[in-house]
Parts: sequence; C-alpha cells; structure tokens
Amino acid sequence: MTDASADRVTGPTPDTAIRDAERQDGPMLAADGTPLKSALGKALRRQKLRALMLIAPLLLFIMVTFIAPIADMLFRSVENDIVSQTLPRTVVALDDWEYDSGEVPSEEVFEAFARDLAIAAERKDHTRLGSRLNYETTGISSLFRQSGRGVDEIGEPQMDALEELNEDSIEPFAWAAFMGTEDWAAEVEAWDADQQGLAPVFRPNNEAVAAFPETVQLYSAYAETARIAEDSAWDEDPFPIVFHVFAQELAEADPARLADIPGPAGLDLVAAREAIAALDIPSTRDAFLEIDEDWADPEVWGTIKAFSSPYTAGYYLAAMDLAKTPAGVEPVDEDQRIYRTLFLRTMVLSLTITGSCILLGYPIAWLLANLPLRTANVLMILVLLPFWTSLLVRTSAWKVLLQQQGVINDILVWAGLVGDGSRLVLINNATGTIIAMTHILLPFMILPLYSVMKTIDPSYLRAAKSLGATNWTAFWRVYFPNSVPGIGAGSILVFILAIGYYITPEIVGGTKGVFISNRIAYHISSSLNWGLAAALGTMLLALVLLLYWLYDRMVGIDNVKLGG
Amino acid sequence: MSDVVSNPANALKDDRSPVAFAMPLTAVLGLFFGYLVGQASGNLLVGLILGAAIGAGAAYLAATALANNRTYGRLGIIALCGLLGLLAGGLGGLVGGAFLGAVLSWVAYWLASGDYRRGVPPYATSGQVLWHNAFRFICGLIFFFLIAPIIVIIPLSFNAQDFFTFTPEMLRLSPEGYSLKHYRDFLELAGGSGGHPLYGILGGVIFGGVIIGLRALLSEDGPGKVWPPILIFGLLGLLIGALWGAEGDWISPLKSSLTIAPAATALSVALGTLAAIGLSQSHVPGRQLIMAIMISPMIVPLIISAAGMYFFYSRLGLQGTWIGVVLAHAALGIPFVIITVTATLVGFDRSLTRASANLGANPVRTFFKVQMPLILPGVISGALFAFITSFDEVVVVLFVGSAGQKTLPWQMFIGLREQISPTILAVATILVVVSIALLTTVELLRRRSERLRGMSPG
Repeated sequence: MTDASADRVTGPTPDTAIRDAERQDGPMLAADGTPLKSALGKALRRQKLRALMLIAPLLLFIMVTFIAPIADMLFRSVENDIVSQTLPRTVVALDDWEYDSGEVPSEEVFEAFARDLAIAAERKDHTRLGSRLNYETTGISSLFRQSGRGVDEIGEPQMDALEELNEDSIEPFAWAAFMGTEDWAAEVEAWDADQQGLAPVFRPNNEAVAAFPETVQLYSAYAETARIAEDSAWDEDPFPIVFHVFAQELAEADPARLADIPGPAGLDLVAAREAIAALDIPSTRDAFLEIDEDWADPEVWGTIKAFSSPYTAGYYLAAMDLAKTPAGVEPVDEDQRIYRTLFLRTMVLSLTITGSCILLGYPIAWLLANLPLRTANVLMILVLLPFWTSLLVRTSAWKVLLQQQGVINDILVWAGLVGDGSRLVLINNATGTIIAMTHILLPFMILPLYSVMKTIDPSYLRAAKSLGATNWTAFWRVYFPNSVPGIGAGSILVFILAIGYYITPEIVGGTKGVFISNRIAYHISSSLNWGLAAALGTMLLALVLLLYWLYDRMVGIDNVKLGG
Repeated sequence: MSDVVSNPANALKDDRSPVAFAMPLTAVLGLFFGYLVGQASGNLLVGLILGAAIGAGAAYLAATALANNRTYGRLGIIALCGLLGLLAGGLGGLVGGAFLGAVLSWVAYWLASGDYRRGVPPYATSGQVLWHNAFRFICGLIFFFLIAPIIVIIPLSFNAQDFFTFTPEMLRLSPEGYSLKHYRDFLELAGGSGGHPLYGILGGVIFGGVIIGLRALLSEDGPGKVWPPILIFGLLGLLIGALWGAEGDWISPLKSSLTIAPAATALSVALGTLAAIGLSQSHVPGRQLIMAIMISPMIVPLIISAAGMYFFYSRLGLQGTWIGVVLAHAALGIPFVIITVTATLVGFDRSLTRASANLGANPVRTFFKVQMPLILPGVISGALFAFITSFDEVVVVLFVGSAGQKTLPWQMFIGLREQISPTILAVATILVVVSIALLTTVELLRRRSERLRGMSPG
C-alpha cells in the first residue's frame, strides 16, 4: 500500500525517513524534523504526565482521608505537650530540682506552680492535666482538682488589704487602666457597654511593664482568659494570684519610685506596700501543703518533671506494661499488667484461628480443585455465600447458636449428649471467639489455597504413584510441598485479618476472648486515654505491616483476589 | 456416623453379597437415628428397635426385590418413616420422619448398588474406597459448618416467641409457632409521616421518562429501550418514597445506610476508575508505591483506621458529620474498585482505543464509547464491593459517625451487645437475601466480562 502511494506523499513517510536517516550521519530524526530521541522523550513524558494526572485525584483523596489520619495517630502516640503548655513556668523552675535528692522542691517552684495552676484553674485546664498525669501516677487527678479550688486563696489577703485602703482599687476597670494602655482601657469600656463579639486584645502600658513586669504578665493571662470566656469577662475581679504577685513586686520595689506611680483607682502605692508588709503571709509552699499535703511528695513533682518534655515514649511504655516513673523505667505492679497478656492472647488466638482455618480449608480447597469444574463452581457458592454475607449477620448467627439456651446446646441436650444442667459454655469466652472467627475467616483461607491448588498438575501425583509411592507419600512428598505457597498466603491473610478484629470478639468474646483491638476501642471511647490507644494502634499497625510485607514478598499485592 | 464407612473395607475383602454388606451398615445407621428419636421422645428402646429394623429392611429391599425400582423403593421407605413420625409427633414428626427416611433409603441404595465406588478407579483397594468416602464426608461436614449458621437464622427469624432457639411449636410445624412479628418490628414506624410510596413511583417513572426523552433528543443512537429505565427508576422511586420522612428504630438506620453507601460508592468508583486507568498505562513512575498506598485501607485493620480517622476528623470538625462518614467509607471502598478495575484492564486491548482515535473520536468519546463498555463489568463489580463494604461497615462509622448517622450494622451491633432483640434475626435474613442477590450479580458480571474479553481480538 505504501509503495503505491509513496509518490504522492510530500512529507516524510516512515520508509523515506529511515532511508534519509541511513543516508545522513547526524542523529535520527522524527517525522517533524526534531531528533527522534528527544521526540520520544517528550512523548514519554507526556504519557507519564497523563497517567499521573489520572491518578492524582485519588492519591490526594487517600492522602487526606486515610494516610493523614494514620499519621495523626502516630503523632498522637508520642505527643505530650499538655504539661509544658499548661505549666510552662513550673517546667522551667523544675529544671534545677532533682528527684533523686528526695527533697520537696524549693519555694520558687511552688511560686511558679501557683501562677500556672491559678491560670489553668480559671481556664479549666487543670482537670485535663490531672487526668493525663493520673495515667502515670494514680491520685494526681484528685490532687489537681482539689488544688485548683484551693489556689484561689493565694493572694486573697493581699486583695483584702488593698480593698481596705481604697475600695475601687481592685475593680476590673481600675486595673484595666492601671495595666493597659489608655486606648485599650477605653476600648474595653466601650465593648463592655454592648458586649458584642470578643473584647479587644490586651495591650500593656509601658510604665506598668517597667515597674511590675510579672504582674503585667499574669494580668495579661487574666485578660486573655476573660476575653476567651466572653460572658462575664470584665465583671470579674482579676485573679487573686495577680494580687499575690503584685504584692511581691511592691515589696521588692524602691519606695521612692513608687511614690511617682499612680496606683489603680488612685491607690497610694507606698501606703499599699506598708499595709501588705504588715500582713502575715505564709510561704506559697506552706499554702500548698495546707491545701493538700501530697504536695510534699517528691513522687508528684517527679511525675510532672518526667512528663514535661513535649514528646514522650510514655504511652509505648504503658502499652508494654512498663511505666516511666521519676526513678526511671519500671514494670508496673503485677496486678495491673494487662497489655502483654492481651498482645499474647491476640497472637495465640489468631494463630489458633489460622491453624483451624488451615485444617478446615485444606480439604475443601483440595476437593474444589480436583472436582470437575461444573461441580466445583456449584460448591464454590457454599464458600462464597458466607464470604458475601454481612459480618454482623454471621456474628449474630453465632451469638444465637452458641448461647446456653441456643440451638447447639438445645440439640446436644435433645440428643442426650449433655445434661440439661450442664449445658456447654460456648460463648463469652475464647472458645466463642475461635469458633465464630474461624467460620468468618475460612473463605479467606480457601480462596488462595484453591487458586494455588488449581495450578498443581494432577499428573505429578499419578507420576509419583506409578513410581511406587503410596498415597500418603505421594501426597506428602509431592502434592503438599507444591501447595505450601497457598498455605502461606492464606495463613498470612487470615492472621492479618484476625489480629485486627474488633466486632466479633466484642460480641462473642466476653472478657477472656477479646483482642487488643477491643482495648484500643475502650481507650478511645470509654477511658479517653487517646495517647495510649494511639500507641497500641501503632504497635498493632507495625505488626500488620510487617506481615503484609511478608505477604507481598510471597504472593505480591497485585495477586489479591476477590471472591473468585 | 463413622460406623457407616468403617466397614465396607472388611466387607469387600470378604467379598460378601450386597445384602450381607449393606444390611448391617444400614441397620447401624437406623439404630443411630432410632437412638436420637427415641432419646427425644422418651421411648429409647422402641426407637432403637424400630430404627434398626427399618434400616435392615430398607437395605434388604434395596439389594433384592426393589433393586431395579429405586424410585418406588425410596418413596416407600420415606412414606413409612413419615407415617411413623406423624404418629409420634404430628406434622413436625411427619417432616422429620420423611427426612430421616430419605437419608436412610439413600444410604441403603448407595451401599447396596455399589454406588459408593463410583468416584474411585476400579482397581482401588478397599482402604482407598473407604478413605475416598470418608474424605467426602468430612468435606460435607465442613461445608455444613460454613453454610448452616447462615441458614439456621432464616427459620428462627419467623419465631413467634422472643427466643433464639426452636420452640416446641416450631418443631411441630404448627402455625402458631411462626409469625412475621419480628419483620413487623423491623418496619415499625416510631414517628414521621410514614412515607409516600405512590408519589415515589410516580416521580420515578416521570424521571425515567425524562431520561428517555433526553436520550432521544441528544444521542444519535435514539431513545434506546424504554422499559428498563422506567422500571429501574420506578422501583427506586418506590424505595425513596416509602422511606421518605419515615422514622423508626430500624427504619432510620436503614435510611442512613442507604444514604451513606451509595454516596461513598459513587465517590470511590469515580476516583478509583480514573486512577485504575492511569495505573494501567505503561509508564507510571513509582507504580509500586502508589499501588501500596491505594490498597492500604484494605490492609490496615479497621480499628486502626477508625482510631486514626476519629482523631484526625475531630481536628477538622468532620467527626459526627455525614461528610465525614461518607469520606471514610469511600476511602475504605477504593481498594476494591482499584483491584477489580485493574484486573479488567489487564485484558483490555489497547489497539481498540488507537483504532477509535484513528477513526476520529476524541479521548472523551473514546473513553465512553469504547473503553467504558468493555471495562463496565469490572467497574460494576468494584462498585458492588465498595457498596457492600460501606453497607456492612460498623467499626469506622461507630467512631467517625454520631447518633445522627447511625447505620443498620451499627444498630445491629448495639442490639447484639446490649439488649439482644430478635428483630436482629429478621434484619439478618433480609441481609442474607440481599447478599445472595449481590453474589449472583457479581458472578453474572464476571462471566459477561470473560465473554467480552474472549471476543475482543488479541
């Protein structure tokens, strides 16, 4: 065809192009005159780009909806910024204190802690922190809750003393003018009139910063808390802790300079200084010991110090029944060690389930692979129907069958195999989990086994027998080794699925037949210890990925088959 | 039961007559049945004697007088056993007796006529024959284990009582033992307007008509068949109309499931098909890694996916919203779409798209007119997998959803864990019927796909 029309074609045809290229010494050219190499490269790049553009939307989707959540979980399993965020001053002050010294921390630590706790208590953060630290040392939760109420007392006497000197001196607006810039105080007053939206952000004035730096710092924390709380913001007096710090700074200040500074609502600061000096204020440490004597326990402070870094391995240690105590990593008490048992039980039960799946699946796969195709297809429906039936349906079926008043026990009693009084306990224990999950996972064993056995040539067995092997030898030495890849693939698949199961153990497992997944769910929804749930999940995930990698090495991801 | 198969070996070695071989074995089986029936009815001795006698008699007849009249022989034995059952236990006894008679007579003929050697070569030793039959028997038991739990819940769901076992009335097959009570509980409406099925049908039919009209106007192929769209949209309209505004303990979860699953399926099929086509191109950088990422929702245990999604979606404010649940379920369905569509594309002949381009079709037209019809079976079975994944899913929705998105499996899970209610069995039966329908569809699609691929050149 090209021969006949070649004369009429004016551009280069493949034929003439090749001939031209052979004649020339230069690079081979494509039809449009560009070098063939770059033209091919361009075409290839375009093809790659098109493929990637088709894939990109899904990849992005999976990244956001699935990979990011998993990454978030990994992050949460080590994240621990609650201590350093809630108690920033205390964490710094504790740097100089050693747990091993066995002493109660110094007054500075208690001072810093009083400020942190007062702010946290107003923001209701102290209970969260308390329950977080309670995972590590029991009793801290109630200690924090109680101290959150008691910390209001610190600064109370100083406040009263100021009020006695000048009634307006502790009013919110007096302090707004005293601490903030004039503009800000005016804005606050204007905002207070209609209370629309959030109040303006606090801006300290320079005199206050120069004279009372720490008071300004605490006051700004108060202003921010009040601003966020929105409702009764400026109707509340500044926290007592502000007056506590103010009193300290007054005491340290130079009286000569104080005379020049106008106090809140025109308070005479020199007189205020004297009035406060006349008070008998206990040390902050004593104030805390008054609230709860547990504050003298180095254990509590050691826990705070141990968990003050923003990242922690604490959750992983807890997931392995270890605890990060102030004295170092130690195993937890004998009666609280549950996770190793749980991991071990998950493994043992999953292995048992895998084993029984091999035992039950092998004969079926053999039968299906060796029957005529038509019969095998009919029998295959019996395997595929359970595979397609809802997991909840199968689990409810087993719940109904295995009960003490259920069908299986009724039949056994009816046939006289067990007495009415001694019905078998088949549910709410490990037996129930094993039976139900073997049934649920059996198709996942049969299908890969079947697809491997289909490829084993039946003539191998005949050859072995004709060479004098007995039936058993022929099977064991010839057929079985050929079917091992199927057993491996099926086992890993069943095992991977089994160790992550949640629903079935939850329903038929009782307390003795539950898996690590059930504990993860418990920590997410009941105990709210998300960090521990994330750590347990990460360990389980690592295990599954390892097995999956093995599976990939053995059969390849692409060979995952679905229902025949 | 193992007595049945433990003796043929010896019997054959002695080369005894069929009567001498079949009679004792069938008698032993009859003895066993007699034991069961006698134990249950309280007349152990009578049961044993009758059972053994019937077994031996059946085998004798099968081997001698009625050897060539299998149908009459079996019917006679079944009728006899049924009659005895009727006398002992009423209607239920009749059915049970007839069933036992059928088994007994089948075994009698199987042994007496030598059918038990049918599957093995003529030169097989008795031991091999024994093993062959024992193996089949074991396989039968395993199949029974696979299928029986699912079958058993179907009759139980018609129980008139709130029990999870067969009541004596049910066993007697008396009508008062059965009722549709649990199905009524499932459909019971707690409030709401109760739905408008008629409006639904009307709307569906009109919508189908509009589709046909549009196709007639816009497509050069003409309106196509008229009835399928009308029927499909009419049924869909019926479903939507019936459920619209209906509220109930089970109806509301059903509605949630039927809202979430199609939305998630549509999302995963649209994205998954595109990506599968992209992945099947010859030069994709990092194909292994991309494939691993896309398959990962299937590999990672559900509880871990659920935990991660719960944490992350709470940060985004998606936890407890419809969008959150749909996104999560779409992510879980994607691996299935990718796997099935990629598998279909493996057999796809690329020269077809080149031919289409050569004939002047643009890529979009080529996709819809050439590629899509050929890979459609794969896409539909991927969609079915994605649908069933979402429809069945409970772990992720338990964490990502809130009470407003409670799905049918979620309600079943609560029912099983807290107050186990027999309505669950009715729901389970409905779901089994649905899964049988889905299984059939997937099987038909698979065959069609193979046929299409067999037809395509190359």
